[in-house]
Amino acid sequence: MSGAHRSGPGRGTIPPFQTFLEANRAPVYRFLVVAVGPQDADDVFQETFMAALKAYRRLTDGTKLDRWILMIASRKAIDHHRAVSRRAVPSEDLPETATTDRGPFDADDPLWRAVRSLPPRQRVAVVLRHVLDRSYADIAELMTSSEPTARANVHQGTKRLRELMT
Amino acid sequence: MNVQRDLKGLSPRSDAARDSRAAAQDLARRAAAEGQIDVAVATMDSPIGELTVAVTRRGLVTVAFEGEDRDVLFERLARELSPRVMEATAPTDEARRELEQYFGGDRRRFEITVDRSLIGPFAQKVLRATSEIGYGELATYGDIAGRIDRPKAARAVGSALGSNPIPIVIPCHRIVGAGGKLTGYAGGLPRKETLLRLEGSLLEL
Repeated sequence: MSGAHRSGPGRGTIPPFQTFLEANRAPVYRFLVVAVGPQDADDVFQETFMAALKAYRRLTDGTKLDRWILMIASRKAIDHHRAVSRRAVPSEDLPETATTDRGPFDADDPLWRAVRSLPPRQRVAVVLRHVLDRSYADIAELMTSSEPTARANVHQGTKRLRELMT
Repeated sequence: MNVQRDLKGLSPRSDAARDSRAAAQDLARRAAAEGQIDVAVATMDSPIGELTVAVTRRGLVTVAFEGEDRDVLFERLARELSPRVMEATAPTDEARRELEQYFGGDRRRFEITVDRSLIGPFAQKVLRATSEIGYGELATYGDIAGRIDRPKAARAVGSALGSNPIPIVIPCHRIVGAGGKLTGYAGGLPRKETLLRLEGSLLEL
């Protein structure tokens, strides 16, 4: 399809940002809740869509916008994890500090603690695969890596989760 | 352990739908505050049904009546103005306030700046002439045709008025057929009648 002249509405036209936001907000949120956790999902959601909004005027192709926003969200999730890691040591063996109980799961949910302990790229790859059911080819594209790397990230992350949870 | 099932369980679909709606509303507030919205859209109640108003940096660009297709409107705004069309209330505050005052009988003249980007060249002339017809006054299609030096163009004037993207504020409802007959209105004749009654123009009919 790329490079072909498009005629009529649909295909290459850029949808209104509101339409794009409504179509993508739930999957992006579902991804972020597991990728960065319930406490920070809102913040990273704002960063993701603000970045998209700033770039939106310069878009020339309205197709595959669902991939484009997930690519931004993946990058923001990885950046966020790195920023958080710089601020504090992983608290796996430390007593949990009190957290608010908003969000769909508890901050000390054992599975979430295991997810949080994964290196950022593994974590994002695992969530794209298991929560959003993305193919390895998609994950490679979204994370700008090769397909074997995407596969390795998912497998290592999943293996590590199994170990932590048994 | 079934990693896939358990991870999906961490992220229930219904919660994402609800939480992402709230997050999207926060996003709209932030985007408006940072000046990143090119076309802000909001709705308001009125005696003639829900109105949708759209505002750009230049001013009020459209007022749409209830019943107009929302997707069609948003796509038109994206295509003709900018794809950065977003629902946000703050940028539309002034427009909505003036409209509320108008419907409450407390405003006879709109002060908000209008953005004429959606108006074609001929319609510009027609609608500028129309804007000179004051609250409580009426004019005929022929009057407007005469005012723009196209005395035989009453029919073209009618279709230009029908394409008015900023009804109420550009008062195309004040234009009537010869003899004062209420003829077409893009929003439907009952709305035209309500507006003219509000302005006290229909007493004699």
